Amino acid sequence: MKNSFWKKFFANGYLAVVLAALYLPIVVIIVFSFANNSNFTFDNGFSFDAYVSIFNGPKSAKLLAALENTLILAASASVISTILGTFSTIGIFYLGKRAQKVTLTVNQLPMINSEIVMAVSLMVFFSAFSFIFPQGWTRLIIGHVSFCTPYVVLSILPRLQKMDPNMYEAALDLGANPMSALFRVVVPYLAPGIVSGFAMAFTISLDDFIITQLNKGETGIETLSTYIYEDARLKNLEPFWFAVFSIFFVVVLALLLLINIKRQQRKEA
Amino acid sequence: MKSKTIKMHFSRKVFAYPYMAFLLVFVVTPLVLILINAFVADGKLTFQNFVDFFADSGSLTVLGNSLIIGLVTTVICLAIGYPVAYILAKYHAGNKVFVLLFILPMWVNFLIRTLSLKSIFLSLDVPLGMGTVVFGMVYNYLPYMILPLHTTLLSIDHGYVEAAEDLGADKLTVLLKTVLPLSVPGIISGVTMTFIPAISTFAISELLSNRQIYLFGDSINTKFTVAQNFGVGSVMSLVMLVLVIVANVLVNVVNKEDSVRSTL
Repeated sequence: MKNSFWKKFFANGYLAVVLAALYLPIVVIIVFSFANNSNFTFDNGFSFDAYVSIFNGPKSAKLLAALENTLILAASASVISTILGTFSTIGIFYLGKRAQKVTLTVNQLPMINSEIVMAVSLMVFFSAFSFIFPQGWTRLIIGHVSFCTPYVVLSILPRLQKMDPNMYEAALDLGANPMSALFRVVVPYLAPGIVSGFAMAFTISLDDFIITQLNKGETGIETLSTYIYEDARLKNLEPFWFAVFSIFFVVVLALLLLINIKRQQRKEA
Repeated sequence: MKSKTIKMHFSRKVFAYPYMAFLLVFVVTPLVLILINAFVADGKLTFQNFVDFFADSGSLTVLGNSLIIGLVTTVICLAIGYPVAYILAKYHAGNKVFVLLFILPMWVNFLIRTLSLKSIFLSLDVPLGMGTVVFGMVYNYLPYMILPLHTTLLSIDHGYVEAAEDLGADKLTVLLKTVLPLSVPGIISGVTMTFIPAISTFAISELLSNRQIYLFGDSINTKFTVAQNFGVGSVMSLVMLVLVIVANVLVNVVNKEDSVRSTL
């Protein structure tokens, strides 16, 4: 009994150490975002200046533009890949065995392949056919749809496989035509998969750096991640970035934690 | 009745065609272009790019560095991550939120995490180099190791453990001879999810070594964007692609064996 207590104590101690290591850099950045200098001291005292500089500093306009581009790109890419993914999953489900296997294997390519290879291959493709695909949004949206849709397909497919095929047949027997049976019976049944596919697509599009960086061309479109890379990679981090990063940490972590706690509560209820 | 369902199935299958065309144009064709580029130099079909790559000590150093850093990162992630996944599965199986805490950091953009780490290293006067790159890699990829390990360990039927104990195995033997072999699929997919991105990500090594250490991903990027050497860049992409395919075939083989075992 006593033995197992100590075992549990050390086991949990180990988890605490790993968690601390994972979150320490995040906490440090958040704490010193209130110091308004870059050398991790409170020499300048406690201040909100770094946060104020987000709104009226020299970089505000660019940051805002990058935020806007990021959201436009994520919204369009995730909407397109959700629609494309939903229909194609229904189609893939009814494909012949071989065609289905091939399609699902190719569908996996963007997920398993290393991002840099996907990014350079798209870059080479777009520059070979530059007369069809102009630099800028067209390339970026196509690129993002190409790595988002596989996640949509894989989040809908399992639900479709669990669906009772009689549901669709019953709708037909009750007089629905195939289209309305699809839209009013099958698609609503798939809704949870569609929603989580959409959320997944939106998130990974927001998070993308490599594909955007290599395919944005010279149109001056920057997303948050490419702007951060452009601006912050060469010099030491300015207080401005401490504040921006802190907001990121808090928003991303709080949002995901909240969503998951809610989801677990719903499951338990 | 039968002809009706067949017709219906045929009509629904059509929904897959637009996406199949999309995949063909925007995923397969670009990779085929890379394959072609690898064999083309100065407008001629040739192996010159392969010769250029494999005869250049600089590129081989990059490849070697990448493999070493990837390997070291993966081993450290496994060493830190396996106990985490094991303890989580053993003592906190029902607590999804606690598990989530270990995975969450991966949703914060890696550039933000890497730049934060870099500025902390700089303020502590830690010299940027191999050590900081490996630290940054482990910090970035640990969640990718813990996640598949945890999923596999959680799915192990506790009956196996009890059976081993009943048959007289002590705790260590149970761990080494029962739990560890059963978690091999999780280990393989964790290793793949860590190793492949670790050798191919660009920016982490660049940022955390002050551009001293170039890894495969950085190098591919430079070949295409700065040097404009599409031929050698394509050869390097192919090398990367081969590594990805080998890793995934390995994952599939292990998973298949595992599912065969579970049906027995």
